[in-house]
Amino acid sequence: MSKSVIETPPKGGFSFDLCKRNEMLSKKGVNPPSFRKTGTTIVGLTFQDGVILGADTRATEGPIVCDKNCEKIHYMAPNIYCCGAGTAADTEAVTDMVSSQLQLHRYHTGRESRVVTALTLLKRHLFNYQGYVSAALVLGGVDVTGPHLHTIYPHGSTDTLPFATMGSGSLAAMAVFESKYREGLTRNEGIELVTEAICSGIFNDLGSGSNVDICVITKGGKEYLRNHLQPNPRTYTSSKGYSFPKKTEVLLTKIIPLKEKVEIIEGGDAMEE
Amino acid sequence: MQFTASKQPENCLLGPESDSQRTLYPYVTGTSVVALKYKDGVLMAADMGGSYGSTLRYKSVERMKPIGKHSLLGASGEISDFQEILKYLDELILYDNMWDDGNSLGPKEVHNYLTRVMYNRRNKFNPLWNSLVLGGVKKGEKYLGTVSMIGVNFEDNHVATGFGNHLARPILRQEWHENLSFEDGVKLLEKCMRVLLYRDRSAINKLQIAKITEEGMTISQPYSLKTYWEFSAFENPTQGAVGSW
Repeated sequence: MSKSVIETPPKGGFSFDLCKRNEMLSKKGVNPPSFRKTGTTIVGLTFQDGVILGADTRATEGPIVCDKNCEKIHYMAPNIYCCGAGTAADTEAVTDMVSSQLQLHRYHTGRESRVVTALTLLKRHLFNYQGYVSAALVLGGVDVTGPHLHTIYPHGSTDTLPFATMGSGSLAAMAVFESKYREGLTRNEGIELVTEAICSGIFNDLGSGSNVDICVITKGGKEYLRNHLQPNPRTYTSSKGYSFPKKTEVLLTKIIPLKEKVEIIEGGDAMEE
Repeated sequence: MQFTASKQPENCLLGPESDSQRTLYPYVTGTSVVALKYKDGVLMAADMGGSYGSTLRYKSVERMKPIGKHSLLGASGEISDFQEILKYLDELILYDNMWDDGNSLGPKEVHNYLTRVMYNRRNKFNPLWNSLVLGGVKKGEKYLGTVSMIGVNFEDNHVATGFGNHLARPILRQEWHENLSFEDGVKLLEKCMRVLLYRDRSAINKLQIAKITEEGMTISQPYSLKTYWEFSAFENPTQGAVGSW
């Protein structure tokens, strides 16, 4: 008897086949490994001439800090940057993908990318995956239509706001914004407010920490201030520095450049099928 | 092989009839309470809302009450449990007065009593579903402490319950300092309550601020905070992003 059902390969998106088995396993105490998240405080605000994005630099794997100085402000286009909170792999992959799509679009249209383009590409992708791509983003940039700031949630909804915060430290940062934000901030005032909000997240939220990254985007260009503020230096550093014990003695050094071993045949036979 | 689902609940340590006698979830709840120490004593703020799930059922609930001569109690969480606690404290103060020994229970003692009550109830799996804030002044010494429904207690220069922990404490950590004047203290509390009003869905714009000093306790009349909604970005948010929301 032959099987009447033909096994068609899955068309795309997630395959939910293993969900029941995973549920059964976790009830028995076998849990899946925890993944690398960016605990995070990310913020954005619009000021007189553009937008300022800010982020902390701690990446966590459950209760452990796995990266003390990671980069959460991702490049999308020369005039658009995106901060990402949630699962680190998801934010990286999704921003990389949309960044490439935007570049291809730039070649196709011959124009500067618009923030709404990035917004639509991101939200369509995230909605398609029904919240399983765990990426919460703060997207900001300046294009021909002016400065824009948006937040994008993992399920695909977006908000257009004058100031926004996302991540586990979002409440601490929002407390600062709600009490101190006003319209028509200058560049330095904006940077100071963003730094204050991120510091509020760093010191009041356990999922955020280390340093403050800032990105200022205006019509003229962008300024990426990596580690603009480092309020958590190492407390005790030895003034002597490190001295390693005597290593094995080097008796002979012989360097063979690889090229000499390889014969390059010019105009040889083409590759056969 | 067929497996039938077990009808036993997860926590089958308790007998069959005990479920109806324990508090399982709160019904009418109050939201955050924020308090701080200032020059002359303690300032506490709480709004006057009692929510029944997602409905705003009661809009004139006084969630802060004086206890004895020296203390002020503010509560968030289940309102009926708060009223029960007030009854316990009433009895406590009454017995203290009956001693007639010239000494009265101060905030530290009341805080300790509350901690014991909350922790013991929690151990019986029948908690009083509240987060309490206890402030007071006795013999010039200011005291401000908090107890949660599982019995976690500590004292600090500024405390908050519920959402106040996430939204108000960061502001207080940055801007509180020793010897705040009354006006500065009220301004700081109002700043915190305004952020809570913007960002806590169960907060309402009708609050009271209570003050307790060596002289005694006063509680303000209910009033509302001014809010600002005139950001130009709110007027036409999707101007640049046609089609989004």
